This record gives sequence, C-alpha cells and structure tokens, in this order.
Amino acid sequence: MGNVPTTVKHCLSYEQLIQDYPWLRRWLLQEKEIVPTGVKIQLIDMLSGTGLHVIEATSFVSSKWVPQMADHTEVLRGIQRAPHVQYPVLTPNLQGFQDAVAAGATEVAVFGSASETFSKKNINCSIDESMLRFEEVINTAKEQQIPVRGYVSCALGCPHEGHIEPSKVAEVAKKLYEMGCYEISLGDTIGVGTPGSMFKMLQCVMKEVPADALAVHCHDTYGQALPNILTALQMGVCVVDSAVAGLGGCPYAQGSSGNVSTEDVLYMLHGMGIETGVNLAKVVEAGDFICNALCRKTNSKVAKARGRTL
Amino acid sequence: MAAVIRLVNRSPLSSAMGQQYLALSSTAKVQAAGVRAGQALPEKVKIVEVGPRDGLQNEKTIVPTETKIHLIDMLSVSGLPVIEATSFVSPKWVPQMADQVEVMKGICRQPGVSYPVLTPNLKGFQAAVKAGASEVAIFGAASELFSKKNINCSVDESLQRFDEVMKAAKEAGVPVRGYVSCVLGCPYEGKVAPEKVAHVAKSLYSMGCYEISLGDTIGVGTPGSMSEMLEAVSREVPVNALAVHCHDTYGQALANILVALQMGISVVDSSVAGLGGCPYAQGASGNVATEDVVYMLHGLGIQTGVDLSKLMDAGAFICRSLNRKTNSKVSQATCKL
Repeated sequence: MGNVPTTVKHCLSYEQLIQDYPWLRRWLLQEKEIVPTGVKIQLIDMLSGTGLHVIEATSFVSSKWVPQMADHTEVLRGIQRAPHVQYPVLTPNLQGFQDAVAAGATEVAVFGSASETFSKKNINCSIDESMLRFEEVINTAKEQQIPVRGYVSCALGCPHEGHIEPSKVAEVAKKLYEMGCYEISLGDTIGVGTPGSMFKMLQCVMKEVPADALAVHCHDTYGQALPNILTALQMGVCVVDSAVAGLGGCPYAQGSSGNVSTEDVLYMLHGMGIETGVNLAKVVEAGDFICNALCRKTNSKVAKARGRTL
Repeated sequence: MAAVIRLVNRSPLSSAMGQQYLALSSTAKVQAAGVRAGQALPEKVKIVEVGPRDGLQNEKTIVPTETKIHLIDMLSVSGLPVIEATSFVSPKWVPQMADQVEVMKGICRQPGVSYPVLTPNLKGFQAAVKAGASEVAIFGAASELFSKKNINCSVDESLQRFDEVMKAAKEAGVPVRGYVSCVLGCPYEGKVAPEKVAHVAKSLYSMGCYEISLGDTIGVGTPGSMSEMLEAVSREVPVNALAVHCHDTYGQALANILVALQMGISVVDSSVAGLGGCPYAQGASGNVATEDVVYMLHGLGIQTGVDLSKLMDAGAFICRSLNRKTNSKVSQATCKL
C-alpha cells in the first residue's frame, strides 16, 4: 500500500474513500512504499527539537482503515520525548484508547464532526452516536488523568452538505468541552472558509466555549488559511494547528493542498511579534527532511522562498 | 505530522490538566498591530489586475501578442474594472513587453474598464499616448539601492523624471497611478523604514498621482509590518488614495491584504493565476492570485464586480498558453461543493 495523505490518518473512512474516489485507489497502488517507521520517528524527533509544544504523533484508528498508521505502537515507543512537549494520539474509541495507553500515550484526541453526513461517511455513525463513543474514551481518560483534546471537523463547510450552520459547530464543540475535552480544535476540513465565515463561526462557538479552550485547524485548499488564522487570533484564539511542510493533500480536491504549513504560520506569527517558542529554521529543516524522504516538494512558501533566495 | 502552536506571552497560566505554559492574550499583541476582527471593512473593493503586465513580464516564457490580447479580452469581460495592459519601458530592458503598441491597438476595450500602462519616463509616456493609452503608471521605490539597481538612478532622481511625465499627463488629461516598490522590505537593503515609504508615497501623491499602490515587492511583509507601514503612510496620503500590491512569496499576501482592508484600504492589486514569479527568490511565487483574493473578498461579503468563474477561465487559458500550472489555490481546488 502506498503513501496515504496525512489528512486520511485523521479524517476519513479509508474504505469509503477508496470506494468513492477510484483515483485514490489508483494513486495508492502506484506508490511503492509506506513511509518507514524510522523516518516517522526521525521526523518527530526533529520536530521535538524545534520548540513546538505539541506534536500529534500517530493514530490508533484500526490499521484496517488507516494502514499508514499501522506502526503506531513502534512510533510511540521509538520517539525521544522532549520534556515539556506533548505527543497526543488519535483514539476513535475505547479500544483505540486502551491500545494507545498500553503503547505509552499520555494525551489523546477524539474527532467529532459538525456535519451529520460527514460523520456517517467518515466514521459510520451519527454525531450523537459518536459523542457516546467519545464519552467512554473521555471518562476512562479522566480516571487515568490523561488529557483529551477534541476536534470538530467541517467547521466551515462540508464536502457533502455544503454550508454548515455555526450553531451546529457550537453545539458539538460545547458537547465535547462539557464532556471533558480540555481544548477544542475547530477544523476547516476542506479549506473553504474565509475570514467572513471564520468570524461568524467563532462568534457563535465562543458563546459556548471559552476562547482560551479553542484552537483553529485551517486547511489551505483555497489559500485562505493564514487570513483565517489571523481572524481567529484577532478574536482571542491562541492555539493554531498546522503541518510541517504543509503535508497532507485534500482528498476532496484532487491535486490540491490541505493542511496549512507550520513554517508559513510561524513566519506570520513572528512577523506580528507573537511569541511561539518555536525556531522556524529548525522547522524548515524538519520539513526539508520529510520532503526528501517522501520525494515531494514542500507546500510551504516560506521554505520554498528561503531555499532559493538570491 | 500535525503540530499545535501555542502562543506564548508573559503571564503564567495553568490549564485544567496542570500543563503550564506561558500565556497570553494574543489579542493584546494583535491589537498592537492596530487591527480588529469584525472591524468595518469596505463594502466594495476595486481590483487592479496586473497579470498581463507585471505577471507576464516576470514569466520565463514570452507569449505571442495574440495570446496577450486574448487574455486581456477575457479579463475585460470578467468584471475587473482595471487591467494593466502593458509597459512602455524600452524593449531593450523588458523584451517581454516589446509588443506594447500592438497590444494596445489590438485589445477590445470594454466600457467602464481602465487599461493603464507603465511609463518610466517622458519618452515612454509619449509613445503610450500615441498608442492609445488613456491612463499611465509610474514606479518609484522606497529603497535607494533598489532604485539604483532597478532603474539606474536614486529615488530623488526618479521622482524628477516622473515630474516630467506628470506635467505632460496633466496637460493631456491622462490620470497617473504611482507605485512604490519595496514597502515592506528590499532584497538589497533588508528592512525599509515606514517613514521612507511615506515620504515617497507623499511625493508621488503631491505630484498628482491619483492613487498610490504600495508594493511588497519580495513578499516578506506580514500583518505586523503591513499595519506599521500603512499607519505611517496614511498620515501623509489619504487612505482612499492608497492601494496594496502584495506578493505571496512567503505565503503572507492574503493575510496582509486583510489587514490593509481593516485599515480602510479598498484597492487591491493582484495577478490572474498568480502569474509572475519572484526574480529575487528563484522558483518562488510572486504576485498574489486574483482568484484567491476575489474568493476571500466575496467570502467577506465585499463586492468586487468580478465573476470568479470567468476569471478562472482566463487563468486557465493563460496557464495553458504558458504551459504551466496555476498559482491560484482556488483554481487548483476541485472540491465538489
């Protein structure tokens, strides 16, 4: 099986994707190798030395659905954990949570959705059913003093339903927060959001969840990620998700970018005088490393510009 | 791997789970940049399309005259109010624009659309008017070194040259737009003082330019430096006579444009398909893509008069002609929404 985009690891029902998108099946079959475990470990170790506080290391979704993350246990055991850095892992259900803890996880994440259709296609159940599953995870995590981060997908639009009401995003975010997630990351899963829709959505969510418990997870598919992040910052959000080198395409927009690149986000934040504690040059190095390993070009404009400045 | 960036500040804070991290309000830092989300934005924004000139001038491939004309004609029916058509700089320096006269005479001008052309000096201005130009543009720089390397004279000397153009343009009733390059950084000097930008912008405005376009020539600006620069310039030039010309070399263009809008700017330059690389960062992108700007503006409820799908058609056409991929993310996305 070939390289699976990073977004697949945490977003999507793999089998459903393969069925709905034959091009994906063909693309995967063309790739010769999965990213070796050693490469993943080295990437995480490099990121651990950059000053980043949180590095999402792997996923305990069943390897039947996400074969790219089949080595989750070896990865978690192989990385050199830096002090003051968290390494959360995805856990879709109690089984995944138990496996994660057995492998040494000290923080986990659960993935809800603001779109019913996306929830059904992605994890094969309704939003309410998914909340029941997550409740099990969160309650067990509480007993073991393991923090849980909640994600809400499709916060600014859904590939199936289109427009998503901000009130629905607020409802799901509130539920996850009240169940015990310490932080809720609001994801623009298909990158269709703009500062306009980001503002309206956050206004609504902030009535239910305090700003300091919110994060934004913006995709750059339509080039809107940085202005969307800027809008979120202006509204008091101070946690931003991003991916080194902008790894991870968009399965809903063939050939398009997905995650916003960490390097470009850092460049903006530092340019605004905002401290992140992160060394940009070291993140660029980590990005160069993984792009060489994947034989692909970086999606980071900062990395591209720095590599070739006259 | 996904990273989570937590913003850092001075006061201590503990989260519910006992994690200590230096905390914030980012709001304080961001508000220091003088901007707020939800602040009243302009209802309308005028887009100045620079693809046919600034874009094509910086592409490696020289396109045939008919292709340029067809591109401009496609852009003319997309709703864009201003399309920078060509340049009357000597073809010895800019061979890509050698067909300036044929382009001006060949395009099908739409009523209500302006077609400004670059004119570096009086000779260029006279040639432009003879070829049918009814609006021109002149290019200053906020950096001395850039001015010397780019047009072989100091900033003050360039302003003197432009004075001749301004006088001739006034007599002929031809409006003149002024550009200031390197407003957020220079490839030779590095940091550029906002006061210098303000000085050059004020000079051009006082000479009679109806609008001053402030260019982040190497795309190094961020919302921080953009707001600092605009604060200085808007003390000297009214904000409704200002435009921003952002390059996306470091991916910051849309964020910078957003900040400019929040500060009252309502004219934005951009290039269809993000045409035009950056001569100072080989292989890197240059102009921000008009499609991506329009997508953001429409998402903010701001009117542009532009039909995004017709604009994307024009972008697709020129990319096919240049045999290159678009730099517009909106065009790249094939999301089934």
